[in-house]
Amino acid sequence: MTLQHIDRPITIPASRSESGLGDDFLRLGGRAAVRFLSRYGVLVGFLALWQVASSAGWVNAAVLPPLDMIIAALWKGLAGGSLLGDIAISLQRAGIAFGAAVAVAIPLGLFMGQVRPVETALDPILQVFRQTSALALYPVFILLLGLGETSKIFVIFWATLFPLLLNTTSGVKEVDPKLLEMARVYGASRLTVFRRVVLPGAVPSIFVGLRLSATTALLLLIASEMIGANKGIGFQVMNAQYNFQIPLMFAAIVILAGLGLIANQALVALQRRLCRWSNPVN
Amino acid sequence: MTGSNRGGEVSIRDLSKSFSLGGRQLAVLRTLNLDIRSGECLVIVGASGSGKTTLLRILAGLETADSGAVAIDGQPVHGVGAERAVIFQEPRLLPWLSVLGNVAFGLEVRGVAKQEAEKRARFYVALVGLAEFADAFPSQLSGGMAQRVGIARALTVQPEILLLDEPLGALDAMTKIGMQEELARIWSEENVTMVMVTHDLEEAIYLADRVLILPKEKGGAARLIDIDLPRPRERSETRFVRYREELLREFGLH
Repeated sequence: MTLQHIDRPITIPASRSESGLGDDFLRLGGRAAVRFLSRYGVLVGFLALWQVASSAGWVNAAVLPPLDMIIAALWKGLAGGSLLGDIAISLQRAGIAFGAAVAVAIPLGLFMGQVRPVETALDPILQVFRQTSALALYPVFILLLGLGETSKIFVIFWATLFPLLLNTTSGVKEVDPKLLEMARVYGASRLTVFRRVVLPGAVPSIFVGLRLSATTALLLLIASEMIGANKGIGFQVMNAQYNFQIPLMFAAIVILAGLGLIANQALVALQRRLCRWSNPVN
Repeated sequence: MTGSNRGGEVSIRDLSKSFSLGGRQLAVLRTLNLDIRSGECLVIVGASGSGKTTLLRILAGLETADSGAVAIDGQPVHGVGAERAVIFQEPRLLPWLSVLGNVAFGLEVRGVAKQEAEKRARFYVALVGLAEFADAFPSQLSGGMAQRVGIARALTVQPEILLLDEPLGALDAMTKIGMQEELARIWSEENVTMVMVTHDLEEAIYLADRVLILPKEKGGAARLIDIDLPRPRERSETRFVRYREELLREFGLH
C-alpha cells in the first residue's frame, strides 16, 4: 500500500510535459498522500487490522467489536444526544479542576521559584504529597467531602496541581542567571526582571506542566467517575461494560481519547503562538 | 554620536579585592590605583587569576571591592549606573525577543517608551550591520552576529563608559578580526570611554590607547603601556609587532 503511493510521484513526471496541469495536481496529491501515510500509516494499519480481525472472526467480536459498530454507537450517542450530557459533565469536572490547578499552581510556582526560603520550606511536604497517589487519597477525599461533585473535582485538582507546580517552579529557577545579570546591568528593577526575563523564560516549562496536567486531569476524571457517579464518560465506560454494551463502551473510550488529543493539540497550538522563538514542540 | 563634552572619567583608588577559596583568602586585586581618561580605550590584560574580570565587574557595579573606591566623573560608584553599559563574553540575548527587541531592551528597562526605544535601537542595529536581521530571533543568528546584537544593545543606551569583558573571546579567529575592526570603528564614532578585558595581546594593541597589565604574583605591580600608534592600525607594521614583543616579555613569554 505504501509502496504504491511512493511510486506514483516518480512515474508521473515522465508524462508531465504532455498533459500539464492535471498531472501537477495528481503529483501534489501523491506527495500529500506520502506525507500522510508516513505520519499516520501505522495508525491506519492498526485500525484496518482491528476491523478485519474483528469482522473475520480472528478475535472475539463480542469483546473487540468491529470499528463500524463502534462508530455507529458513537454516532448514535452523539447525534442522538445520549452521550452529550456525559461529555458536558465530564468536561465540567475536569475543566473546573484543571482551571483551579492553573490558578493555584502557576502563581504559587512563580512565587516559589523566586523566593528561595519559601521553596526550601515547602519542598519536602510537596514531595511527600506528590509521591502519594491521588487515587489512594480518593477515599480520604470522599470521607472528607462526600461522594458528590466536590470530591471528584478535588481529586482531579490534587493530581493536576503537582506537575504544574513543580514545572513552573523549576522553570523559574532555571532561567539563565546570566540573563538576570544582564537585565540588572541595565538597571532593571526586581519586578521588571520578573516580568521581562523570568516569566517569558519560564513559559516553555510551564507548558510542559500544563500538558502533563491536562493528561492527568483526564486520567483522574475517569477514575473518579468509575466510583460513585451516575453520569460522565468514565461512568459510561463502566456502565456499558456492566450491561455488555461493548460498542458503546468503546465509543466512550474513543471520546476520551479524542478529548485528550484535543486538549493536547490546543495547548501545543497555544505554546506555538506564545513561544515562536523557541524550537518547535513535538 | 553625541558631542565631545562627555564625562566618562574613572578614578580607581587603593582598590583591593580577595576571594575565599577553600578557607584561604586569595587576593586578586591589591591596592590598585588607576585613572581612566574620558574617551580613551583602556585594555586590561593579565594571566588568568590576575583579577581582570573582577576589576571590570567592580567597575560595572556587579561586585563590590573589599576596600578602596571607584569614582566616575567624581561620583563614587555604588552598584550599576545608567552611565555605564556592559558587553559580556556571551551575547546574553533574550531568546524570545527579536534582534530589534533585544537591542531596545536596555532602553525599555530604563523607561523609554517601546516605540521610541525601537526607533533608536534601529539606528544601532544598522550600525552593527544587522539591519536586514532586525526581525530575526537570536536562535537564527551566528555567534558573531549575536555578539553584534549584544554590542548594539549596549550602545543604544548611549553610555559614557562601555565595559567589555572578553567580548570576542568566544568567536573564531576570522570573525574576531572583523569584530575588532568593528569595535575600533564604533569606538571612534561613538566617543565613548571603553574599558575592555581580553587575553588576546594583539587585540589589546589593535584597540588600546593604553594597556593595563595586571600582575599575577604577590607583590607585583600593575603596569601601564601607552600604545602610540596611528589609527586605523596595521597588524603587520614593525611598531605593532614591537609592542607585541614588549607585551609578551611582560608575561615572560619572549
